[in-house]
Amino acid sequence: MLSVKTKTGLVFFPAFDWAISPTHPEREERLLYTQDQVFEEGLLDIDGIIEYKPDLATIQDVRRVHFCVPDEWSVLTESHLISAGGAKTIGMQVLEKNVERGFALVRPPGHHAMRVVHGARGFCNINIEAIMVEYLREAYQVDRVAIVDTDCHHGDGTQDIYWHDPDTLFISLHQDGRTLYPGTGFGYEMGGPAAAGTTINIPLPPQTSEEGFLYTLDHAILPILNDFKPDIIVNSAGQDNHYTDPITNMNFSAQGYAELTRRLQPHIAVLEGGYSIETALPYINVGIIMALAGMDFSKVREPDYRPERIRQTAETAEQVKRVVADVLECWEKGPRLREKHRLEKKSHKRERSVFYDTDNILETQLEELQTCRDCSGVLSIDSETDRGHHVLAIHIPRKGCNECRELGYRLYDGANSRMYHQVFLQDRTHDQYLVRKN
Amino acid sequence: MIIGLDVGGTHTDVVLIGQNCIHRQAKVPTDTSNLFDCVWAALDEVTRDIPPEEIKRTVLSTTLTTNAIIEGKMAEVAMILSPGPGIDAELLRTCTHYHIVSGSIDHRGREIQPIDPVEIEAVSSKLKGAGIEHVGIVGKFSVRNPKHEIQIGEILGDSFHNVLYGHRLSGNLSFPRRIATTYLNAAVHPIYSRFFKAVKDSLNKKGLNIPIHILKADGGTMSLEASLLSPGQTILSGPAASVMGSLPFASLEDETLVLDIGGTTTDMAILIHRVPLLDPVGCELGGYKTLIRSLKTYSIGVGGDSTVGVVDGRLKIGPGRDGPAMAYGGPTPTPTDALFVLGKINNGDAEASRRGLEPIAAALDMTLEDVANEVFDHACQMILNAAAEMIEDINSKPVYTVQELLEGYQVQPQEILVLGGPAPYFAFRLAALTDFQVHVVPQWQVANAVGAALAKNTSEVTLFADTERGIAIAPGEKFYQQINKNFDQKNAVELAFELLKNKCIKEGAVESELEMEVLENVQFNMVRDFYTTGRNIRVKVQVKPGLVSEYKDIAASMINASPSEKMPEK
Repeated sequence: MLSVKTKTGLVFFPAFDWAISPTHPEREERLLYTQDQVFEEGLLDIDGIIEYKPDLATIQDVRRVHFCVPDEWSVLTESHLISAGGAKTIGMQVLEKNVERGFALVRPPGHHAMRVVHGARGFCNINIEAIMVEYLREAYQVDRVAIVDTDCHHGDGTQDIYWHDPDTLFISLHQDGRTLYPGTGFGYEMGGPAAAGTTINIPLPPQTSEEGFLYTLDHAILPILNDFKPDIIVNSAGQDNHYTDPITNMNFSAQGYAELTRRLQPHIAVLEGGYSIETALPYINVGIIMALAGMDFSKVREPDYRPERIRQTAETAEQVKRVVADVLECWEKGPRLREKHRLEKKSHKRERSVFYDTDNILETQLEELQTCRDCSGVLSIDSETDRGHHVLAIHIPRKGCNECRELGYRLYDGANSRMYHQVFLQDRTHDQYLVRKN
Repeated sequence: MIIGLDVGGTHTDVVLIGQNCIHRQAKVPTDTSNLFDCVWAALDEVTRDIPPEEIKRTVLSTTLTTNAIIEGKMAEVAMILSPGPGIDAELLRTCTHYHIVSGSIDHRGREIQPIDPVEIEAVSSKLKGAGIEHVGIVGKFSVRNPKHEIQIGEILGDSFHNVLYGHRLSGNLSFPRRIATTYLNAAVHPIYSRFFKAVKDSLNKKGLNIPIHILKADGGTMSLEASLLSPGQTILSGPAASVMGSLPFASLEDETLVLDIGGTTTDMAILIHRVPLLDPVGCELGGYKTLIRSLKTYSIGVGGDSTVGVVDGRLKIGPGRDGPAMAYGGPTPTPTDALFVLGKINNGDAEASRRGLEPIAAALDMTLEDVANEVFDHACQMILNAAAEMIEDINSKPVYTVQELLEGYQVQPQEILVLGGPAPYFAFRLAALTDFQVHVVPQWQVANAVGAALAKNTSEVTLFADTERGIAIAPGEKFYQQINKNFDQKNAVELAFELLKNKCIKEGAVESELEMEVLENVQFNMVRDFYTTGRNIRVKVQVKPGLVSEYKDIAASMINASPSEKMPEK
């Protein structure tokens, strides 16, 4: 009987009865052919590949990460809790050491969901990786986490959630934001004042192929991970860099994804986007599972795979090299910037708009971080939408010091309730979540 | 009258069921090295002086194929594989003559790369040169499009004694299991057909020209003729016979755990409202994972004759068997000997039992009686633990829709039905150790043979339709049809039922007894560039395992015949 070197957990949850709308890319059919391929290859029968039933994430799990406005059930469905729960299940199996690695092959995705949630953005409602990571931190005292997002779209939601967290290294590898949704993810976006440098954006030019992705991995991502020394590595394994993806412009392949997985060695991979449901996903997913399990994936390929036809140009290769050089420079700068801001101890504000393309909502945020010498500081977010919701959300970080914790509660108690429909407090030091309604 | 015969590991049980009752029953020792003689002896025993025309049918369940696989006594088979891209097919090798050829079909059944006839011809002449007679042909996704398997078969022509196609054996996905299933079916074919030719000839000689049905792993029967096409379906029919024998006595409202406690092993299965639970993919035997439709059964190495010993200061029962209990002249103490020591059984040499358990009592520093109780409890506990594991395994099976996940259906048996040699003794103890309602199956010693006798024909049809490609295909039925854009789920189910009905009747079923049901019925809208371009439909229908209509009267008479064997209600 076939067995593998690396014990690998798999949660497969294709949500065959859930869609954003009947013809939406995020529809019932999305993982149908992936299921066929995974079943036909017999991967679930292999000794050492273990399929788990997903747990349901709880509202408390969501509240560790998000401020859902006006409440959780208004912005999510059971399907989202299963998807986040699937990621959580894999995380638990890895940390319980029942498996060495795992893959949550689940939908709907989550990496565009930010800390404040008024609705769906980029097909995402809640951030399934962040919900898993914060659960693992609470339940298993995991500290340093690296999230490597290999979806073709910038993981702006995950970036937002970990923007101020120096213990979470977020690396997003994506098609240049000037050419693709959500239009962000540039090199200069490198994290908030207390976490400068722990957000790493690698915008790759369109038509980047295997060579470019693997060059970036070897020359930027792996060295940075080596410096950061995370307890666990999470891969947001979006699959839309594929050369046949209908909504992106990259030239990546199943072989490339599998090889990237083999070199990255993530503890936990979580499916994100990827909408070439017939010609890419079945092969990429089989490739990723086999790579995680340490199997030989050299014979996994798409029916129309011709590496020479999708090879990047010399010019693209040059561009990739320049991007990697910029990334390494940012990484070098990070620690100095963090130290400088820590000692300054002052308030940092940022104002921005967030557009929820899936639900057509426009949100305006005023975010304020009080930097602190002893912790990463209290964050408050004043958020208002064009639908008239106005809320204040206070976040006390996981390692918040006593002083900052008290400040957080003062801000919560002192908020002018006539100004806001709701005031939220997320106290990560004591795993608490409070809501005050007008 | 119906004959039911079940060859077990230790005994071969046979019953002759007449009008409303078990007319005759017999038990002969199984001689694995000469199954034919023991089948023949058993048949001879129950048919003596019975006018041949009174016997309507015979249902046989044998360990022939199971043993051949476990002992590796199989014919030489060559496999021709067309894997296309994916897992390295070399990793799935089943035999020496294993040829990986070109050609590829994708998940929707589209031809990606044709086969290469020259390559196949070369393989063919090599196999002929090697004197190969049996060939299995398996393609990846051949159940979505069997074209390549069929083309390869055509090139092989008539040069081989038997050529088996993967797509005909099951409609389920799993290339590795399809390979194993095809290989096993081909490899047991010669021994199987030889055996049943001998049975048939001998019956004919005796003037018993009766239809022979064969019990399958799924608890259903098929005609002898149909079984020759897929003899692999007869593996693990033994546990299935016992499960079918317990069926009439199971609760209609609850879920039931069936325990068949034999000499060497205890086999267990689950009934849901008197319907046995099937394995969703196929059974596993001798290290082969297959697509052979089967009841969900588990087996552990604990039974009445299991060896009892002390290892590292602790009691150890099974998994081996050295022979019968010492009370019956065996060499090693067993749980049955514990029953002798406790005075529960007394038709043997209780002194021998005591002699056997004494060293164990000494080693554990316990009295003889305490040790006997301990042995018995320990055996019961092992069985209960294994049952709990099996139930946990069934309940942790993943589901793929939000609705199913939220419903979270869990199997939770309320009662245990026990059968097999030491059934009543174990039942009492199991009742004391658990909260289950525990019952002994009436006529527990031959319930397995009764199960075989009364089992109905079963069958399954898998249909796959893709309206974008305009095809409906049921590979197992050699069915392929062009369909139009309007073909939908309802049409698919109707078509599948039609195919199933024809298949069952061909395999010897009675039309009026066909209880057909839908196992799977899903339809996906296929959307390309934001427009719906077709429907992808997957339907699976079956005739579920059950008993022929005569069973109700017989069941009643079995209960009446043995009122004392019913356990007190708790």
